[in-house]
Amino acid sequence: MSVAQEMYAPRPSTGEKPFRQPPWAVGPRASDVIWAAAFLTPYIAVLLAFVVYPICFALWLSYDADAYRHLFDYPHYWITMFNTLLMVVVGVNGALFLAFLLSGYFMIPSRWIKGLLVVYMLPWALPSLAAFLSLHWMLIGYGGFMNTALETLFGVDGPIWFDSYGLAMTCNILSYIWKWMPFWTLVFMAGRMAIPQDVYDAAAVDGATGLQRFSYVTVPMLANLYLICTLLFTLWTIGDFDTTYFVSSGSPALTTEVLGTYAFRMMLDWGYVEIGLAGALTALPVTIPLALLLIRRLQATEVQL
Amino acid sequence: MSVGSNIAMNSERRRHKRLKYLIEAIAMVFGLVLLVWSMLPVYNMVLIALSDHGAVFSGNIYPHDPNLNSFVIILHQGFWYLEHFWHQFGNSIFIGAMTSFLTLAIATMTSFTVSRLKLRHGWLLSNAALMTYVIPASFLAIPFYRIMSIYGLGNNPWSVIAAMVTFATPYAIFIFQHYGKSIPMELDESARIDGATPVQIYFKIYLPLMSPALVAVGTYALLLAWNEYLYQFMLLSTPDSMTVSVALAQFLNSDESPWNYMMATAIVYALPPIAIYYASRRYMAAGLTMGGVKG
Repeated sequence: MSVAQEMYAPRPSTGEKPFRQPPWAVGPRASDVIWAAAFLTPYIAVLLAFVVYPICFALWLSYDADAYRHLFDYPHYWITMFNTLLMVVVGVNGALFLAFLLSGYFMIPSRWIKGLLVVYMLPWALPSLAAFLSLHWMLIGYGGFMNTALETLFGVDGPIWFDSYGLAMTCNILSYIWKWMPFWTLVFMAGRMAIPQDVYDAAAVDGATGLQRFSYVTVPMLANLYLICTLLFTLWTIGDFDTTYFVSSGSPALTTEVLGTYAFRMMLDWGYVEIGLAGALTALPVTIPLALLLIRRLQATEVQL
Repeated sequence: MSVGSNIAMNSERRRHKRLKYLIEAIAMVFGLVLLVWSMLPVYNMVLIALSDHGAVFSGNIYPHDPNLNSFVIILHQGFWYLEHFWHQFGNSIFIGAMTSFLTLAIATMTSFTVSRLKLRHGWLLSNAALMTYVIPASFLAIPFYRIMSIYGLGNNPWSVIAAMVTFATPYAIFIFQHYGKSIPMELDESARIDGATPVQIYFKIYLPLMSPALVAVGTYALLLAWNEYLYQFMLLSTPDSMTVSVALAQFLNSDESPWNYMMATAIVYALPPIAIYYASRRYMAAGLTMGGVKG
């Protein structure tokens, strides 16, 4: 028995077990059970009323073989799936890879780079609605700022961006990268700052060049963080609504929709609630393993504030 | 001999210096590109907001006759989409503040019970919480809309607050549980010896020591609610229950809207979050880093 246990053990008045129990037997003390129940009630109520019930409701609404048959018959659904995939593959990886490189750039100790960082953060600090509305009008085509600037500065006649599938998709993906890259850059910068300086010093003593320090110290040290960010960002992107809805708003002819806007459009424009929900729920076989993997990864790591 | 080595050293140093300047120049050019890339949409926003209605798409890359008329219109609620602007601004603040408060209350109570009262199988609850994120929020908007009318909360700010709290709490519980590990259990134990009840420990020990995490998560929840659009659009339909984000997107209902007013509204709408982000950016990004490096 340790000293601490002896100190806490004599509590005969309530007839409780000694305070320190083996970890597998740890649980609330008898007198705490009522408090524990009272403290947990609000969250369990929220969980049941606003998570479990809506999900069951969604499953029940879309539980209709016809809905799925209709869904798979429409080419609209397959285009939407392809666009979502494109957003994830190009948008997520593009933003994270560039953010990873840029986090190194912003680590350069220089006053004007620090100043630049303040400006560079602005897209992240803007509410996405405001930012994407601005991007939409910037890329509207004739009279939009982008085309005006192209004509004034380079004498080029800009295209009508949202009239072509390729250009519109590019605009959506670039807008998405524009909005989120600063955030991930800050995350990677915090990650880089957490790498102890002595590791770099030791590498320098061993004669490692800058490139070697990057590939043998920075990259392996940040690999786990990079993986977590990829998982998290992929989950976010699969459900992203604002970018597509406000930048291209599906133009041309609803070919640039993604899953996040699909159910909404199906319901509001055509009243097909079941088909829209069924479409959104077909993402579950992808999101559930991703979320499980993320939870496992997160539990192994520490939180910094 | 010594003279020769001096010359060699000098030229070496000169080459080194030249390389340094070259790197600096490349970094500057690159920085300029980044500056343009980051500022372009922001500049576009300001440009449109400072223009007159007729001059919005007139093909100028700088404001021809810059004026603050659009902002004056907002201030006086002088356009019919903006008739209730300040009331809607208040709605946004109310929803944000309530989301923030309820998220903190519910999440601290849950994480306190799970980790401080040593709830058996408590990890199940925190994992169940994180599983909320399995279905992206945008997919649940329609069932939420239906359910809120079943609950009798149609067109009620509390329906939005409920939705926002639902999506903010799992993250809050996660942060609190990890942050709470840094508070020594011995504090609780000695308070118990002095006869403190769990409620007293919660208010007198747990909450004060958690305050940095409370600030970070409270800000997160506030901004989540302020920046959200989809749920507020679905759940709030009348001009006096709307929030700023819904009012802002209302301009899209017409092809002939005064875009200068819209951009000015967007700027006013964006100012509070920008101020908060810049004031607390260290918390905001680092909170999400989760020390992945140590993992």
